[in-house]
Amino acid sequence: MADELPVIELDHVTKLYRTGAISVAALRGISLVIDSGEYVSIVGPSGSGKSTLMHILGCLDVPSGGRYWLAGEDVAGLNEAQLASVRNRRIGFVFQQFNLLPSLSAWRNVEVPLAYAGVARAERKERAMTALERVGMADRVDHRPNELSGGQQQRVAIARALVSEPDMILADEPTGALDSRSAADVIALMHGLHQAGRTLVVITHDADVAAEAERTIHIRDGLLTQDVHETEAVR
Amino acid sequence: MTWLDTLKTGLAAVRSHRLRSGLTVLGIMIGIAAVILTVGLGQGAEGQVTSQIDALGTNLLTVSPGSTTSSSGVRGGFGSASTLTQGDATALESRSVAPDIKAVAPVEGESEEVTDSVNSDNWTTTVDGTTVAWEQVKDRSVSEGRFLDHQDITDHADVAVLGVDTASELFSGADPVGQTVTVNGVPLTVIGVLKSVGSGSSSSSSSDQDDEVVVPISTATDQLFGTPTLNSILIQASSRSRLSAAYQEADDELLALHHITTPTDADFTITSQQSLVSTATSVDQTLTILLGGVAGISLLVGGIGVMNIMLVSVTERIREIGLRKALGATPGLIRQQFLFEASVLGLAGGACGALLAVIGTVALPGIIGYPISLSATASIGALAIAVAIGIVFGVYPASRAARLAPIDALRSE
Repeated sequence: MADELPVIELDHVTKLYRTGAISVAALRGISLVIDSGEYVSIVGPSGSGKSTLMHILGCLDVPSGGRYWLAGEDVAGLNEAQLASVRNRRIGFVFQQFNLLPSLSAWRNVEVPLAYAGVARAERKERAMTALERVGMADRVDHRPNELSGGQQQRVAIARALVSEPDMILADEPTGALDSRSAADVIALMHGLHQAGRTLVVITHDADVAAEAERTIHIRDGLLTQDVHETEAVR
Repeated sequence: MTWLDTLKTGLAAVRSHRLRSGLTVLGIMIGIAAVILTVGLGQGAEGQVTSQIDALGTNLLTVSPGSTTSSSGVRGGFGSASTLTQGDATALESRSVAPDIKAVAPVEGESEEVTDSVNSDNWTTTVDGTTVAWEQVKDRSVSEGRFLDHQDITDHADVAVLGVDTASELFSGADPVGQTVTVNGVPLTVIGVLKSVGSGSSSSSSSDQDDEVVVPISTATDQLFGTPTLNSILIQASSRSRLSAAYQEADDELLALHHITTPTDADFTITSQQSLVSTATSVDQTLTILLGGVAGISLLVGGIGVMNIMLVSVTERIREIGLRKALGATPGLIRQQFLFEASVLGLAGGACGALLAVIGTVALPGIIGYPISLSATASIGALAIAVAIGIVFGVYPASRAARLAPIDALRSE
């Protein structure tokens, strides 16, 4: 992944929420570059705008102002269907609540992004199995989410995020709903992915998770207040 | 996302809420079954009426004495005039006058009390004086003995042919042929019994075809009633396609015989079985439309049920929709997904409804006493309607799902 284009490039991105006559600025001009292969955590108190930033990074929402290039592609002006395609190809999501489909088995959950990408059935299954093996869930492929522990569910979710070979994996509080042992597993798993050259962006409260990243971005009141690289980090 | 994937996902969603899906399907099912059964009932009734009227005789025209207009301008009802004569009937029999008329049977009938000679049972029924042609014109035959012959007519023979119900009322199972019945004090020898036409729902028809006494017209005129005028002249056309030609010929000939120049002043009326059929059919059709309308409303209610359940399903699955969108589902795919689920509910309801209708078609006639004919067109049409209802009432919930913003959807707990 020796790509000279950065995975993420934000240029003075703003986001306004309008509720009746009052408009609230959730993001007040954020500029940011994340290169391929980086492991970045985004931290900040609640209400800081980090969730809004995550939604914009994940193309789940569009900025009110500014520019956003995702792997060189300008995504600020895309419509819903185009954004869906960008999310499908470029981003792997990991959510706090795992968000697995309860009626589908583990491998069926993992193949969903491939189905939306139009990958042939046989290839889908093969790739889903490989991804599940990568997260250490090869022996649970036919289990439904309710037959799996929280940590196992999150590992299936990570497999789902990996399966489409996205440009980045975007994780929103990935350990927030896990006990400390499962959380440690997930942190180790993400560490492994980073070692393998993946680009990871993690939004978190968890100091352990943030410490694991090589770069930590602090957000407060809709502005970027600190951008700390591991080498300069205090801890 | 292939169609097969959409199909699997849709079926899984329907299956995961069995009770709810089942109740929705039930609503559609009742509506569809009601529509198919109503149409079947209407068609069954139509068929029954047609066959009952066919049983009255084939290619039959009936000439009845027309209304008279008295000097005061009061018009009497049909049959109140006595304008038809034996001569009219004879004239119509002529091949040169009416080439499309195959046979003519004059009928002089009255309701009379009939007494049998064995145990003096009384039975009041219709006594019809007619000719040999009656048997052919009315498409009847005898099951025992023989019908009237020409000799009986010329001889003014004191003989009678009984309807099967009349025979059993008077002789209660014993062989009536050779026995004697008395009408108006005149003893008549029974020479035959008519074969039953099986007018099953006789209660609904005004006259029972199986309850009558047929005598030679000469005997009726001279000895029984004493009036030389006819109640009706029955005409059989040479074929169904010649019916209107026969009608025209009879009309022209009778107008000429009665010296009537303007057809609207005619003192007789010619009716065909066809007009009876069309009247009865139109009554049945009106009923079918009415009942069908009610059934249609229940189908509409079923459709609203589908919409309701789909809206609930969208609300309940907001997270799933958000997730699918995050993973790359376009709004179009989400819409397609929900439309598919709605049409699955519709189709399942339609199929169950059609099945229920088939069961009803077999089981109901025994209970309600009316035939129901299962129409393939109605069944296929109803299935198509069921799917269409699913889709039409699924459009709104589906587009609501498609419009959901992925973050709003993901946020909701």
